[in-house]
Amino acid sequence: MKAETSQPIVRSAPRPKLWNDPRFRSVLFQVLAIFCVGGAIWYLVSNTLHNLSVRNISTGFDFLRREAGFAIGESTIDYGPQDTYFRAISVGLLNTLRVAVVGIILATIFGTIIGIARLSSNWLVAKLATFYVETMRNVPLLLQLFFWYAIISEAMPGPRNALHPLPGVFISNRGIKLPALEGGALNWVLGGLFLAIVLIVLLANWAKKRQDQTGQIFPLGRYALAIFVLLPLLAWFVSGERLGLEMPVFKSFNFQGGITVTPEFGALLAGLVIYTSAFIAEVVRSGIQSVNQGQWEAAGSLGLRRPLILRLIVLPQALRVIIPPMTSQYLNITKNSSLAVAIGYPDIVSVVNTTLNQTGQAIEGIMMIMAAFLTVSLSISAFMNWYNKRIALVER
Amino acid sequence: MQNTIHSTPNMGLDAKIIIGLRDRFFSSIGNSILTVLSVWLLLMAIPALFDWGFTRASFYANNAQECRAAGGACWAFIGEKYRFILFGTYPFEQQWRPLVAMLLFVAMLILSTWRRLWNISLLALWTVGLATAAILMWGGIFGLTYVENSNWGGLPVTLLLATFAIALSFPIGVVLALGRRSKMPAIKSICVVYIELIRGVPLISLLFMASLMLPLFLPEGLTIDKLLRALIAMVLFAAAYVAETVRGGLQAIPKGQFEGAESLGLSYWQQMRLIILPQALKIVIPPLVGIFISMFKDTSLVVIIGIFDLTLAAKSALADANWQGFGVEAYVFISLIYFTFCFSMSRYSQALERRLSVGQKR
Repeated sequence: MKAETSQPIVRSAPRPKLWNDPRFRSVLFQVLAIFCVGGAIWYLVSNTLHNLSVRNISTGFDFLRREAGFAIGESTIDYGPQDTYFRAISVGLLNTLRVAVVGIILATIFGTIIGIARLSSNWLVAKLATFYVETMRNVPLLLQLFFWYAIISEAMPGPRNALHPLPGVFISNRGIKLPALEGGALNWVLGGLFLAIVLIVLLANWAKKRQDQTGQIFPLGRYALAIFVLLPLLAWFVSGERLGLEMPVFKSFNFQGGITVTPEFGALLAGLVIYTSAFIAEVVRSGIQSVNQGQWEAAGSLGLRRPLILRLIVLPQALRVIIPPMTSQYLNITKNSSLAVAIGYPDIVSVVNTTLNQTGQAIEGIMMIMAAFLTVSLSISAFMNWYNKRIALVER
Repeated sequence: MQNTIHSTPNMGLDAKIIIGLRDRFFSSIGNSILTVLSVWLLLMAIPALFDWGFTRASFYANNAQECRAAGGACWAFIGEKYRFILFGTYPFEQQWRPLVAMLLFVAMLILSTWRRLWNISLLALWTVGLATAAILMWGGIFGLTYVENSNWGGLPVTLLLATFAIALSFPIGVVLALGRRSKMPAIKSICVVYIELIRGVPLISLLFMASLMLPLFLPEGLTIDKLLRALIAMVLFAAAYVAETVRGGLQAIPKGQFEGAESLGLSYWQQMRLIILPQALKIVIPPLVGIFISMFKDTSLVVIIGIFDLTLAAKSALADANWQGFGVEAYVFISLIYFTFCFSMSRYSQALERRLSVGQKR
C-alpha cells in the first residue's frame, strides 16, 4: 500500500460502466426516442395505406386537377363550378386571408381604443370598457359567430324593408350593401395611394435617420397626411377620367350594384373583431401599465408635452411588451377564421371540407389545411419577430 | 388651469361631490365629450335592451305565434327547451343523473380551488368524483338503466370534455416542456416540432383529423367512439399549449436551483420531481387556469364534427319547426352559462396570482 502511494502514478479514473456513462446514455435515449416516434409513425402510415387500399381510395394530389362542380358563395377571383378543385381551394385560401387581414386591422384599431379607454381617468368610460372586455372574453367565439349570424339572418328585415341608416347603405337579412367607387379613374387613384404609402415609409426612414444624427424632429404626421391625400387626388386629376359612387338600388327582389358584405362575411368579421379586440385591449393596457410612472414624470420634467411623451417615451417602451402577445393574437385571428365553416363562409376549411366529402381524399385535404395555416402562421410570426427585433432594447 | 379648484378637506360635502364629479367626468373638453358619448350610448342601449328583454318579452307563451305577436324576447322558448339544451337527448326521466353528475363536477371544481386540498387528497377526490360521475352517466349498475354515451348531451358533455382535456394534457405537456429544454438534440427537436406544429394549426383541423383520419390510422376492425376521438384531438391540442406555459415556468427557475440539485447527487428525474417542477408549476398555475378557460370555450368547436355539447344542443333546439327564429334567445341563454363558468374561473385565477406572488415579491 505504502509503496504504491509514495510514487505518483498517473492513472485514468476507472472506466465507468457503459450504462453509467452520460454520453452513452444520452445517445441511447435519443436512439430509443427516434425509434419509438419513427415506429409509431411507420405503424400509423402502414395502417393507413392498408385501410386506403381496402376502401379503394387512391392517394396523391391528382384530384386537384379534376372539375370541382360546386359553387362558392363569394370569391375574390373568377370561379365557377366547372373550375378545378385547385382553383376552388385557392378561392378558399384567399377568402381566409381576406377575413384575416381585415380582421387584424380592425381588431388592432378597436382593441387599442378599448385598451386605452380602460385606463381612462373618466370613470364611466373605464367601466364601460371593462364591461366590454369581460363580457366578450368569456363567451366562446363560435357562440358569438352564431349569435351575430342569427342577428343578421333572423332579426334583420328582408331586402324590401331594408334598414337605411345612411344614404347608400342598406342593412337586410341578405347582408349589408355599401356604395362602391367606380369609374375609369379608380385604378389611377389606387396606384396613387400605393405610391403615397411607399413615399411615406421612405420619408419616415429618412426622418428617423436625420433625427438620430441631428436631433431635429421632422413633422412627419402633417407631411404624411398631405402626401396621403394629395397624391391620389393628383392621380385622379392626371388621368382625367371619371370617378363616382355607385349606389345600391333595390330592383325586383334584390339590390343591384354597390359592394355587398354577405351575412356570412359580416358575422365572421364582427365575431372575430369583437372577440379578439377584447384580448388586444388587455394586451395594450398591460403594455402601457408596464411603463414606469417615473418615465412619464422624467419626460415631463424635460419639458415635453403629453402627446410627445406618449409618442417618444412611453409608446416605444410599451411596444416592446405589447408586440409578442399581440403576435399571438394575430395568429389567433388567423386560426380562428377557420370557424367560418360553422356559419357557411367559404374559407379554406369549408372548401376543403366540401372537396374531401366529394372525393374522399381526407388525408390530402387535411394536410392542405394544415400546410396553409402553418405557412400563414409562420409568415406572421417571422414578420412580427423581425419587427420585434427592430424595436427591441439595444443593450450593451 | 390656475382657476381649477380641487376638493380639499375643509369643503362642504355638496361642493366636494360636485367638484369630484367634475374632476372625474368633465376635467377637460375631451373628457366631457367622452362622458356625453358614453351616456348617449347607455341611453340608446339600455332602454332598448330592457324593452326587448323584459317589457315586451314573453315569459309564458304557449307557442311561437304568441311570442312573435309580443315582439320582444321569447323566454318561453327557453322555458320550453331548457332541459333539452342542458341535457340533450339523455332519456327525459333519467335527467336527474346528468344533473347530479354536473353538480358533482362543479363541486369538485370549487373544492379544487381550496389550497389546503392541494396534495394527494385532490387526486383521490377527483378519482372518486369521476368514478361516481361515470356511474351516474353510464349507469348499468346499482339499478340504473344503461345509457349509451351517444345519448349524452348538453352541459355535462362540455364539462366532461374540458375537464378531461386539461387533466390528460397536463402530464403530456409537462413531459414535452422538459423535452424542449433537454440537452439531447433528437429529443429536443421532436418536442419542438410537435409543439410548433400543433400551435400553428387551428383546433378545427385537429378535430377534422380526429373524426376523419383517425379511423384510417387504426388497424382494421378497431374503432374508437366519436366522443373519445374528439377528446383525443383536444388533449393533443391542449398539450402543446400546456407545454409552452410550463416551459415559461421552467425558464423562470434560477440556474442555481438546477446546479444545487445536481450537486446533491440527485438523478435527472429526482431533480425535476423534487426541486424544479414544484417551483416551476407553482409559478404557472394562473396561466394554466387561463388554458383551462380557453379549453372550456374551445369545447364549443366540437359542434363542427357533430358532438352533442351545450352549443349543438342549443342549435338543435332551434331546429324545432314549432319554435323557429329564436336563435338570439337561445344563444343569450347558453352564453350566460359559458360566461358564468369562464368569468368565475378568471376571477379565481386573478386572485390566485395575487396570493401566489406574495412570496416572490421583494
